[in-house]
Amino acid sequence: MTATDTQQGSKPRRPASGAQQKILAFASLIVLLMFFSVASPNFLQTGNILAILQATSVNGVLAVAATLVIITGGIDLSVGTLMTFTAVTAGVVLTYWGLPMPFGIIGAIAMGAFCGFISGTLVARLKIPPFIATLGMMLILKGLSLVVSGTKPIYFNDTPSYPALSTGSLIGKLFPSLPIPNGVVILFVLAMVISWVLNRTTLGRYCFALGSNEEAVRLSGVNASGWKVAIYALAGGICGVAGLLISSRLNSAQPALGLGYELDAIAAVVIGGTSLAGGRGSILGTIIGALIMSVLLNGLRIMSVAQEWQTVVTGAIIIAAVYADMLRRSRAG
Amino acid sequence: MTEIVRMTAIEKHFPGVHALRAARFDLHHGEVHALMGENGAGKSTLMKILSGIYAPDSGSIQVAGAEVSIADPRAAQALGIGIIHQELALMPDLTVAQNIFIGREPRNRWGILDEAQINKDAEAIFATMKVRIDPTAEVRRLTIARQQMVEIAKALSFRSRILIMDEPTAALNENETEELFTIIRRLKSEGVAIVYISHKMNEIRRISDRVTVMRDGAYVGTVGAADTTIETIISMMVGRELDQTVAAIPDLTGAPVALAVRGLRHGRMVRDVSFELRQGEILGFAGLMGAGRTEVARVIFGADPREAGEIEVHGTARDIRSPQDAVAAGIGYLSEDRKQFGLALGIDVRGNIALPSLDRFSDRFLRVDEAGLAQAAARQIQSLGIRTPSDRQEVRLLSGGNQQKVVIAKWLLRDCDILIFDEPTRGIDVGAKAEIYRLLQTLAEAGKAIIVISSELPEILRVSHRIAVMCEGRLTGILPGGPQTSQHEIMRLATRRESEPEEATA
Repeated sequence: MTATDTQQGSKPRRPASGAQQKILAFASLIVLLMFFSVASPNFLQTGNILAILQATSVNGVLAVAATLVIITGGIDLSVGTLMTFTAVTAGVVLTYWGLPMPFGIIGAIAMGAFCGFISGTLVARLKIPPFIATLGMMLILKGLSLVVSGTKPIYFNDTPSYPALSTGSLIGKLFPSLPIPNGVVILFVLAMVISWVLNRTTLGRYCFALGSNEEAVRLSGVNASGWKVAIYALAGGICGVAGLLISSRLNSAQPALGLGYELDAIAAVVIGGTSLAGGRGSILGTIIGALIMSVLLNGLRIMSVAQEWQTVVTGAIIIAAVYADMLRRSRAG
Repeated sequence: MTEIVRMTAIEKHFPGVHALRAARFDLHHGEVHALMGENGAGKSTLMKILSGIYAPDSGSIQVAGAEVSIADPRAAQALGIGIIHQELALMPDLTVAQNIFIGREPRNRWGILDEAQINKDAEAIFATMKVRIDPTAEVRRLTIARQQMVEIAKALSFRSRILIMDEPTAALNENETEELFTIIRRLKSEGVAIVYISHKMNEIRRISDRVTVMRDGAYVGTVGAADTTIETIISMMVGRELDQTVAAIPDLTGAPVALAVRGLRHGRMVRDVSFELRQGEILGFAGLMGAGRTEVARVIFGADPREAGEIEVHGTARDIRSPQDAVAAGIGYLSEDRKQFGLALGIDVRGNIALPSLDRFSDRFLRVDEAGLAQAAARQIQSLGIRTPSDRQEVRLLSGGNQQKVVIAKWLLRDCDILIFDEPTRGIDVGAKAEIYRLLQTLAEAGKAIIVISSELPEILRVSHRIAVMCEGRLTGILPGGPQTSQHEIMRLATRRESEPEEATA
């Protein structure tokens, strides 16, 4: 009787809404860059831009890991201390055992994946809420890092090429005018790979599906908990990469470090427009989110704003970003 | 007719419940077989066993003559058994095609998904169903009816020979139901056997070939749909004859006006709506889905902003801007979706009944008078006949009909004398429905002014003293209740577009 009634909704009325948030986040990033360029002549210098990128690399990699878990509708509070634990693992393999560098790299990533596997098992098989399971893992890993290292930093004195992993520049060797540090390259390559995994592979598809309606995934005959464990394990492996980056930059595994990094990572994810409710999100958004955070901190520092205030501003930005997202969404209906 | 499914002596226990007692069911090729019974009769449980979601404690299942055990949904799919769940089991953030092929994505040997392929395959399935849905649309953007079509497409994509539909029309309007029936008939003609679970009698008569009735987890009987009266089926379901009579309509012309609404507006869904509701009156609101009935209720209740119009309660103009204002004016709204809006499911009966009235049961130090609350709750439980072991029972453990009564109790305790019921019997079984109708009558006799919004015309005709009909946000007419009004007349008003203006008032 009413033709509109039955036909309505058969066509998408607007483009995928995630795109808008990404544009919004990207625009904010540009505005921030322009603002700081005008505010301080020191901001737009090659050295400073590289410093910003270098500072983004660790948080960016952790945020990529956190994005995967958050899209499934979960949360991973253990990414920070897991990063530390994998750094300590690399220290044990390279310095205590004296094995060559590839073993350290594989060891850190494998340890990360293993710990992610444990978190995933707690969440998917034992049905412990992700917040609690990963809160527990966060403390366990913080404690284990201190236990294994004997509460002292482990230095990579036996592996002289280790610092180059993050601070060296392969690109700089090829093109001396572009001394982009390896850490930054690793972040961007990793982001592209994971973005591809999310959008083009089964694992990525289940990531979104689980966050959208887990029961529906199960009823579709998919091994929902198995895939969830796999996603947490992948996220853990990525934390291993972050562990390598931070320890190579400091040329040491600092066991007391790590707490608080998970919140920066989650903040970057949220600013990038990934929904904490699960089901929607993107790696590109997360990378922009991580860049916004480091540009902001760097810019405020260059303008000599006190560190205390930098933290206050970051908090305000997170709330503003989420509120802007909600406004946009309510308008989209 | 050849048999494709035979389930015999199926037993299933849940903690504290004997859900199925020697249940049986058989299904023929190319038939639509209705499975009926009150809520809790075991229909859904039996079908969940057939589709591999639950494992039976004992019993035998034969599919196409061979004894099978169905361990999980995947095994059911392999046997050609598909189920469309009552609560749609879709992933709203994924596209239509992604939903249909979840778990079976075509991919190359590196695990890369072939998006173009699934879009093409989905298109092909929709073509056989003769419906037009864009495979790349996000499911959250589709209407419920369209989402249902996606579910059906998903079931068909497994080459299902057996399709189970659990209350497929619960959220559909008449047009959409018609569209669904067309598809069901087409599938049937292609030899698909369909199990159709529904509470709607008229649908069962129209679409099904045979009807199996269950009661208390046991098999009652199987009858032909064409040669069995609705009364027979109902008495099989409830084990007793039901009172189907319509109560006499009282003369209310002298009763004071409890609620007067003039020129109400809210966007496209509420356009210049005016009506009066008298004390002791039940005013039914009829219309197709999306006609704006719920929106009118929400604006009166202050849940949505009122763009224009006046609301008078007991002769006094009230500026209702929020549900708080509405409750203070004595208006209670019993929303369509009890679980989402009307009840705190994890809280006990007493807590739910007390929720809007807590201020009256606490002193100025905010200490709650539990004894007083218990007394008040006990009174409501008794007067409304809420079946619950105690007032400390969690509401989620009650049946749909009893949950509905808890919502009513909560507004009665708050002294609301204008009650708006939005789809009061959705998801409630036949026996409990009759009880809710009686309750509405009793409330009206006690002087409450009542609005009932319902998509089921027989229900509107049964309970209403007068019937307001809406179409596209406008009130297209008010008809008298009772036998002089036919469903046909209501439908005529419910489909009257703006181009044919005509006033009709009772």
